[in-house]
Amino acid sequence: MKDRPRIQDFDWTLLGIVGAISAIGVLEIYSSTHASGMAGMQWKQLMWIAIGLAGMLLISRIDYHTLMDQAPTLYAVGIAGLVVVLVIGYSRLGAKRWISLGGLVNLQVSEIMKLIIIIVLARYFAEVRTDRLALSDLVKIGILTLIPVGLILKQPDLGTAMVLVPVAVVGAFFAGIKWKHAAVGLVLIALLVPLGWNMRRHLKPYQQQRIQTFLHPEEDQRGAGYQILQSEIAVGSGGFWGKGFGKGSQNQLGFVPVRYSDFILAALAEEQGFIGVCLVLLLYLGLILRLVDNAQKAKDRAGMYVVMGVTAILGFHVLVNASMVIGYMPVTGIPLPLMSYGGSATAFVFLALGLVMNVRMRRFVN
Amino acid sequence: MPSWNVNDQKIPQGRLALFSYLSAAFVIFLLVGFWKLQVVQSVHFADLAERNGIRSIAIIAPRGTMLDREGRVLVDSYPSFSILLLRDNPKLLEKSLPQIEDGLGIAKEDLLQQLDAAKAEPKFLPVIIKPAASEADIAFVESHRADLPVLELMMVQRRRYPHGDMLANTIGYVGEVSPQDMEKNPDRYRPGDIVGKAGLEKQYNEQIVGTDGMRRVVVNSVGKVMRTLDNVEAIPGKPIQLTIDEDLQQIAETDFANKEGALIAMDARTGEVLAMVSRPTFDPNDFAIRIPNQEWAQLNSDPRTPLLNRAIQAQLAPGSVFKVVMATAMLESKAIPASYTAFCPGYATFYGRVFHCDHAHGSVDLHKGIVASCDVYFYNVGKMLGIDRIDQYAFGLGLGRRTGIDLPGEEAGLVPSEDWVERVNHHKWYPGSTISVSIGQGAVMVTPIQLARMIAAIANGGTLIPPHLMKNATDLKSGSFPLSDDTVQQVTDGMWGVVNEPDGTTSGLVRLQNIEFSGKTGTAQVEGFDLQKKLGKKLKENGWFVGYAPRRNPEIVVAALVQAGGWGSTSAAPIVRDVVKAYYDKKNGHTPQPSTAENIPPSGVVRPATQVSGAERQ
Repeated sequence: MKDRPRIQDFDWTLLGIVGAISAIGVLEIYSSTHASGMAGMQWKQLMWIAIGLAGMLLISRIDYHTLMDQAPTLYAVGIAGLVVVLVIGYSRLGAKRWISLGGLVNLQVSEIMKLIIIIVLARYFAEVRTDRLALSDLVKIGILTLIPVGLILKQPDLGTAMVLVPVAVVGAFFAGIKWKHAAVGLVLIALLVPLGWNMRRHLKPYQQQRIQTFLHPEEDQRGAGYQILQSEIAVGSGGFWGKGFGKGSQNQLGFVPVRYSDFILAALAEEQGFIGVCLVLLLYLGLILRLVDNAQKAKDRAGMYVVMGVTAILGFHVLVNASMVIGYMPVTGIPLPLMSYGGSATAFVFLALGLVMNVRMRRFVN
Repeated sequence: MPSWNVNDQKIPQGRLALFSYLSAAFVIFLLVGFWKLQVVQSVHFADLAERNGIRSIAIIAPRGTMLDREGRVLVDSYPSFSILLLRDNPKLLEKSLPQIEDGLGIAKEDLLQQLDAAKAEPKFLPVIIKPAASEADIAFVESHRADLPVLELMMVQRRRYPHGDMLANTIGYVGEVSPQDMEKNPDRYRPGDIVGKAGLEKQYNEQIVGTDGMRRVVVNSVGKVMRTLDNVEAIPGKPIQLTIDEDLQQIAETDFANKEGALIAMDARTGEVLAMVSRPTFDPNDFAIRIPNQEWAQLNSDPRTPLLNRAIQAQLAPGSVFKVVMATAMLESKAIPASYTAFCPGYATFYGRVFHCDHAHGSVDLHKGIVASCDVYFYNVGKMLGIDRIDQYAFGLGLGRRTGIDLPGEEAGLVPSEDWVERVNHHKWYPGSTISVSIGQGAVMVTPIQLARMIAAIANGGTLIPPHLMKNATDLKSGSFPLSDDTVQQVTDGMWGVVNEPDGTTSGLVRLQNIEFSGKTGTAQVEGFDLQKKLGKKLKENGWFVGYAPRRNPEIVVAALVQAGGWGSTSAAPIVRDVVKAYYDKKNGHTPQPSTAENIPPSGVVRPATQVSGAERQ
């Protein structure tokens, strides 16, 4: 451990891409909210980005090996946190004000859980040390992942719960999952969907409705189906060139649901057109390719798993969010990383990127 | 060192590369999705976005009120609600129909029919399913806002005619703007706009129509209002004041109860129309709301033509009223000496045909000819004058041409001439026809308003007053057909005699105390004797009376037509008398009342004053 990681080893290219996406996000938040009662949101978002950057610097300082050493503890703390939130959340259902506050706390714990699951699974995969993942390992990984997934589902937060799964799937892919297992897994998922459909009355009413409206969007023009339709209208009416900054009628008149957050891509698509969407999605592709590049250059497999865990979550976010905006997926409440307004979500992305920086800065350190 | 930290495994570069390719593939997949929406379907979504955004809801401006000459309200407007059916969402609409059928009592077939009729229109335009919602209907819509979002209320302004059918044919009615009008004036009208369709409502539409306001609201794609952006208040239409005197109108209307015909009362100096009646009539309130098709068809096909304004549109033979034209022509043309006398045995033979008279009048001069309305006298006058001279004076006195009153659809009537017969019937004028025309029969056709103006012109020395209904009308042009004072004197003496002399055709029944009430009766055959013989029944004659007062330079002139009323002296003259009396009652500060027996002075010989000075008229 002769030398310390240096600031030159920061991934400035990655940071540049992140900066570009964040800037576009801030501008679109401004465009979406400046004429409404929520004017000034862009400053809050900038503040969260600043906090995120600070957190990124901080987390990049702590050697990821140190973090992985503490994986069992982190996991235990994370699970305990989720349980505590569940308990407190239920005990405070009586008063409305407490729901929102409780909701805020929930969200934060589950965001932290995303970071923890990246570290925990990276450590587990690193320990396997083979290129042929055994079934027993797969089962263990499944259990490790599904415990927090179940707890977050209970909150209920379907979106965040789903986001944890790709970390395990992507990790298993790099750890050398057998094609046989992968096939069985796919078949299981294929079987689970109709099973889940039959179990739907155990879902929360809003979840049932979201699925229902995804399957039959025209029947309910007020609820989630209405949101998807309005999103599609905004996107489609933007056309190739867009309506111009601050000129998207669907966005400005508030037809695009939560236009500054989950549906910010719809707002952007309306105002900047297909051209703008191309730019943004290519920036995200650049971000992912740059993350993969970092994984390729990682010093060890542990580092690669950490980087690809982050990549899996971010990629999943982009894929699901963009699909939702164009009506390919139901509304799940998964924000677009770095663009959607949101304190804890933005902070999570920067902290996750801090992990990536952490790995990169230590690629030559020995 | 923990087992996981042993760096003995290579990074799986191949799988990482595969991951990159997969990521690129996903991005392409997403871009294809955006391409489909933003390029392939962009027109469709732009259309959806358009109707999504801002909807303009018209705030209907009330039409201007119509006041009578003293400021009393004849027509006004009141706010009311229409129920709209939004058509944006066909599925929801389909599901809602049974509930709407129950709640609003509109048959599903009717709803479907209305929706079908509106198929070609843009979907975001709603259909008006109930133009005049009752309180129960409004409550139904309000209480089902959540489960019947396809219903919406719209405040509209409706026309109200507080007096019902009074003056209806003159006032006219309103209705939805026709497609033709919209084509002519695309910037002015939108579908469903209410415009004047007939009468004054049509004539002065531009003045009384207000400017609709506009409320711009944000609506979602099912038309639900989310918030209001701005409000432009409606500018109500300007009121117009008419020349009508409600009191005179009421009296005339009362007298016409259960009768068919028309009446027009004018200020004989200015042409201001004081009263105008046409019977049968209709209630324009029925049109204020969309008139049911059946009722409309009935009104339109009714053989009694209730929509016709007979005061300006009925073209009928004037009968003996025409004799004053003959007398004027005789005196003015000097073709016949003023002292001309004829002998009436009760009939006369011209060109081998017998023409009747209702009495054997014996020796008749011009005064007696007018007073007793002797046909034989005027047969002879007509034969001597010839049709061309008759035509010249009739036309000069305003017959056979429109008076130019400010109402749509006035008819011109017809004064036959040799030219006309050759042009229309392609044969030479039969001299025998002149004989019929001489007593206002045959081809001659006039409207009541023409007769009123003609009599006023004779009594005032040849000024054709411009009839009008707008109180402060400008740009009024009088016509002029100067008559010599001697002519005026003789003819007005005759008309005074008709009312006031014992052998007058009115038999002294309509005299008025202290009022120089004069006039001329007419009893016109509806069809010729020949046709009546063919039909095998006698059609009752149209009764005419055109009265005025005072007898020279009159203030008021009233023409009344009672169709199938028989003698003009008994059917039309009492109505005219009532209106003239009411006019003077008002003028003298009394409450106008219909005449009763005690108003009528005892019959007896009252010789006309031979001279009426201008001073007396002061």
